[in-house]
Amino acid sequence: MPLLSLKNIDVSYDGKTNILEKLNLSINKGELVSLLGPSGCGKTTTLRVIAGFIEPVGGQFILEDQNFTKIPVHKRNFGIVFQSYALFPHLTVFDNVAFGLKMKKISKDKIKDLVDSILNTVDLSSLSQRYPKELSGGQRQRVAIARALVIEPKLLLLDEPLSNLDAKLRLKMRVEIKKLQRQMGITTVFVTHDQEECFSISDKVAVMNAGEIEQFDTPENIYSNPSTEFVARFVGFENFIDLSNISGNEFHAKGGKKFTINSNRDITKENIKGTIRPDDIEIVDENSNKENLIDGSIDVRTYLGKSYQYNIKTDLGTLVVNGSNNNVYSQGDNIKLYLPSSKIILV
Amino acid sequence: MKQNKGLFAFVILVYSFLFIPIIIIAATSFGSESYVAFPPRGFSLKWYHNVFTTESFIRTFKISMEVSVLATLIALALGIPGAYALTRFDFKGKTLLKNFFFSPKIVPGVVTGFVMFQFIVINLKLPIYYSLLLGLSIFEIPYAIRVIGSSLEMVDYTMEEAAMSLGASRLQTFFRVVFPNITSGIIASFMLSFISAFNNVPVTLFLSGPGISTLPITMMNYVEYNYDPTISALSVLLMLMTIGIMFVVEKTLGINNL
Repeated sequence: MPLLSLKNIDVSYDGKTNILEKLNLSINKGELVSLLGPSGCGKTTTLRVIAGFIEPVGGQFILEDQNFTKIPVHKRNFGIVFQSYALFPHLTVFDNVAFGLKMKKISKDKIKDLVDSILNTVDLSSLSQRYPKELSGGQRQRVAIARALVIEPKLLLLDEPLSNLDAKLRLKMRVEIKKLQRQMGITTVFVTHDQEECFSISDKVAVMNAGEIEQFDTPENIYSNPSTEFVARFVGFENFIDLSNISGNEFHAKGGKKFTINSNRDITKENIKGTIRPDDIEIVDENSNKENLIDGSIDVRTYLGKSYQYNIKTDLGTLVVNGSNNNVYSQGDNIKLYLPSSKIILV
Repeated sequence: MKQNKGLFAFVILVYSFLFIPIIIIAATSFGSESYVAFPPRGFSLKWYHNVFTTESFIRTFKISMEVSVLATLIALALGIPGAYALTRFDFKGKTLLKNFFFSPKIVPGVVTGFVMFQFIVINLKLPIYYSLLLGLSIFEIPYAIRVIGSSLEMVDYTMEEAAMSLGASRLQTFFRVVFPNITSGIIASFMLSFISAFNNVPVTLFLSGPGISTLPITMMNYVEYNYDPTISALSVLLMLMTIGIMFVVEKTLGINNL
C-alpha cells in the first residue's frame, strides 16, 4: 500500500492545453523519489500539485488513505525546500526555523528545544542569530532544509534545491540530504534536471517528458534498461537503429542487415528501435566472424581524455562510438563495428 | 575642456533658475518693510511672529495636518491590498486597472477637483469635512499603489509559499512575511502622499467650504488682500517641513528607488 498516490492528475492553466495529463505516481513510505526531466516537462508542476500550490482540474491526490486534493497548503504539513530557498529576510536563522512551529502554537520552551536540536543536526548552531543575507549559499540551503524538517512534515518536497550551489558544494549537500532523509525516514520527492544528481540519491526515479511519466523505476534499471527512446537519450544512449522483428530474437535493420538481440521487451509494437551506448560498441578486426557486425568508416574523431570518440559513417547512418586510447583510428579508416546482442536495448 | 565649461555654465543656470526664487522668498521673509521687497531692507523676525499669531493660519494648519494624515491613512488602507492584488494576481484588464488607479495624478487637478465636487458634494451631499477627506484619499491612492507596488515586486513570491507551507494562512502570511518586508515602501508612500495632500490646492479648492479650509487655500486668500512678508515666512516654514519629510524618506528608502 503506497503512502502517497497521484491518480489520473490533470493540470491545465487555460482549460485547453494540459500541462499534466492523466498522471499516475505511487510512492512508498520512506522512499526518496526523484522527478527527472528537461525544463518544461511538468516535474515542478507535479511537485506543486503535491504541495497544494496548484489544484488539478482532474484526478486525485491520496495520502495515507485520505483525499488531499483540496486541502489548502497551510493545512497539509509538508516541508518544502525551494530553489531560491525563500528564507524570510527579516528574521534570524533561529526565527526562520521557528516560524512553522510558531504557526502551530507550540510553547516557547518547546520551540527553543526543537529549533536548537535541528540547527545542531544541520550544523548551524553557531549562526542562529544571523540574518539570511549574512549567510553563504550552502548555509542558506541548510537553513531552508532545517526549516522544512523541524515541523516534522509528512512529506519533504525539494524543488531543485542544489541548482544554486557551486559544483563542489552540490556534491556535499546531496550526500547530506540523503543522510538526513535516511536518518529521519521521511518520504521525499525531489525535483531535478540533473541526471547524475538524481541517480546518486534516489530510491526511485520518474523520468518525465511533456507532462507524462515515461518511466518510473530504480536508477539502476533506468540507466541500464530504458523503456522509451526519450529516456534512453536522457541517460546517454546516442545510437538509434530502426528495426523490424522477423522471429524470436532476430531483427532486420533498414537495408536487410540482420541483428540478434536478447530482449524481454514487447516487440509486437510498430517502430521498434535498437539503441546502444557509445561505450558498448566495439571496433573489431576486419576478419572477426562475430554476429551483429557492421562496416563503417571514421568520419570525425574527438579526444575525450579517457578515450577517443568517433562519429562513424555506416549504412545505418552515423554511429557514435568510444574507442580506447591504445588503438587510435584516423579519419577515412575503414573499420568493422561489433554491437553485442546483450547491450542493444529495444525501445 | 571647452565643452565642459559650457556644460558647467548650463548646470549653474538650471540650478539658479530652481533656487533663486526660493532664496528670494527666504530673504524677503526676514525683511522689515511691510511689503515683499528684494533685496530686503533691515532685518526682522516679526513676520514669523505674525505667522504664529494669525488665528486662521494656525486653525487651517491643524485642519490640513489632520485631513492630510487621515486621507493618507485611508489611501494606504485601500492602496496596500490594491497594490498586493495588482502585483500578485493575473487577471483580465490588469494593466487597464493599473493605469486607471493612476488617473487622479494624470488628469489635471482642476478637472479632478471639479468632478469630485460634482460627485461628492452635489450628488452624495456629504458634509464638507468628509468630502475633503474622501476627495484627498482618492487623490492619494495612486501613490500608495505605485510606491507599495514597487516594494511588493521586490518581495520573492516563493517566500509567501514557504510561509504557507509552514502552516501560515494567507492573512498570517501577509502580516508576518510580506508586511515586514515592505515597511520602507509604506513609510515612503506615507510621506509622499502626506506631502501631496498637504500641498494640494486644485482638489481642495473645490472641496473646502465655510469653516473648513486648508492652509494652502488660506494662504492664497491671504495673498489676495495682504502683500506682506508673512506669506514668505510661512512658505519658508512649509519648505523646511517638506525638506524634513523628504530627508526621512531618503534615509528609509532612498529617493532614487521610488
